[in-house]
Amino acid sequence: MNAIAVPASSRRDAADARHDRQFRWLLTATAVFVLVTLAGAALSMLWGGRSVLAHEGLNFFISSDWNPVENRYGALVPIYGTIVTAVIAMAIAVPVSFGIAFFLTEVAPRWMRAPVGTAIELLAGIPSIIYGMWGFFVLMPVMREHLIPWLDAHVGPLPVIGALFRGPPIGAGMLTSGIVLSIMVIPFISSTMREVFLTVPTRLKESAYALGATKWEVSWDIVLPYTRSAVIGGVFLGLGRALGETMAVAFVIGNSVGFTASLLEPSTTIAALIANDFGEATETYRAALLLLGFVLFVVTLVVLAIARLMLLNLSRKEGNR
Amino acid sequence: MSAPSASLYRRRSVTNVVAIGLSCAAALFGLAFLGWILWTLLAKGLAHLDLSLFTQDQPPPMEEGGLRNAIVGSLLMCGMGVLIGTPLGIAAGTWLAEFGNHRRLGAAVRFVNDILLSAPSIVLGLFVYAAFVMNTGGNFSAIAGALSLAFIVLPVVVRTTDEMLRLVPVQMREAALSLGIPQWKVTVQVLYRSALPGIVTGILLALARIAGETAPLLFTAFGNEFFSLKIGGAMSAVPLVMYKFAGSGYENWEHLAWAGALLITLFVLATSLLARAFLLRKRAAHD
Repeated sequence: MNAIAVPASSRRDAADARHDRQFRWLLTATAVFVLVTLAGAALSMLWGGRSVLAHEGLNFFISSDWNPVENRYGALVPIYGTIVTAVIAMAIAVPVSFGIAFFLTEVAPRWMRAPVGTAIELLAGIPSIIYGMWGFFVLMPVMREHLIPWLDAHVGPLPVIGALFRGPPIGAGMLTSGIVLSIMVIPFISSTMREVFLTVPTRLKESAYALGATKWEVSWDIVLPYTRSAVIGGVFLGLGRALGETMAVAFVIGNSVGFTASLLEPSTTIAALIANDFGEATETYRAALLLLGFVLFVVTLVVLAIARLMLLNLSRKEGNR
Repeated sequence: MSAPSASLYRRRSVTNVVAIGLSCAAALFGLAFLGWILWTLLAKGLAHLDLSLFTQDQPPPMEEGGLRNAIVGSLLMCGMGVLIGTPLGIAAGTWLAEFGNHRRLGAAVRFVNDILLSAPSIVLGLFVYAAFVMNTGGNFSAIAGALSLAFIVLPVVVRTTDEMLRLVPVQMREAALSLGIPQWKVTVQVLYRSALPGIVTGILLALARIAGETAPLLFTAFGNEFFSLKIGGAMSAVPLVMYKFAGSGYENWEHLAWAGALLITLFVLATSLLARAFLLRKRAAHD
């Protein structure tokens, strides 16, 4: 009986080993596929836009003359618009998100923390087109009738910053887009911040409270230094979102490729320009938009890479990796 | 108590009160805006959320109609996106947790996956356009739309599979391996079973994410005014119709856009809540 059983089981062992190897190769291939996707995404857009890059060269980045009809592509206006809207969004969203996270981890009564935290996390999942529609139908009339005339009258005449706040009450523009973006990223940043604030060891906080520290002092001097890198990481994640956001901006930016310094006049961003024009574009115009997509991809890639490295720092401190 | 120390105490407690006041204001500010958005959505959408939305196709301006073609298109493309993205994501996530955990390639894949997770969706749409649509004769198709959605599903599923498998106790692997079970069977029959609720959560979260995606579909599925089940041709989706209808100026189109917005939001919220419920059940089972 042994004489029969041994070869059978060794055959089976060999088959098992073969299957294990095949299984492992299959899984490795899919993991490498994930790596290749990112490289493929970047290179395919660069490849699609190569003709425009060869034709325009550095001009693509420093000229503000975007004229598809005459095949001149200078992308300064959308690049400028992308950066300015993201900066406005972060200027509003970061302090508010820190306030919300502080509120949810130290200030709010205990029964309130979990439901409000969950609510904010759920809101982070609402599709961005909803924010865009809200901005278009609700925020834009408010801007047009109240905020913009007020800014134009009171801030517009000031010497240096005045130039940013002068303009007709149209409603669409970089300021409106920045506000919509900030409302969109607030749930996102504040839930990241809340999550990292919760990783601070209770020991540390209680020691500070025992020494008589106030809630604010515990947050500012204990929690924030401990989580600093992860907080910056969370902010950069939000920035990455704000830079690449399409639908929330496309509704309220006004879609104009003419250069304007004013935050109140219509402008455009990279993502909004692509979304708006791609469908009807000619072949060369599409190449220019693909190149623009490549620029957006590289910028967000850098921002997101910084974010991830910062977040990794905290988990290393916790000893997770 | 001496005078300087009293003033220090006063300053500290004033700072504290001001900071707490500001944080309450920030929380109110954030929640008020979000509440305002949800309220707008309900006020404008609820009145137009009726049965004809599901039974009639998208109308020309100023005529009655529904969103049937868009709803079917959304369901088809999201379904295909999940079907393409999930197996790849589970496989890559398994490799990360089981084989690549302490290797340099593993760290690289995890890093790249995290970046893909938050990459702008419009970029993924352009990628599929440049890599797929341009190479298939420039025809917009539902397949291309599903592919671009699959690239959004992929990193979410990779991440959750990776995390959930790493939560499975090592003893379980060792016990199974010590019985002489080959590793692939250990993974498929033991580990997946234990990590299943977590993986399902990941898939549901991914579904919630792609349901409202508009930007990548613009250059891949393109949209279609008519009812279509051909996956090789242009297809409509609810967010695409919303993008076209909102701000069109036609009253009935705007009503349909709001109804679609409410429908999508309800779907997204329900899916995320379901995902949370799955995760909670897993936690309860492990305790």
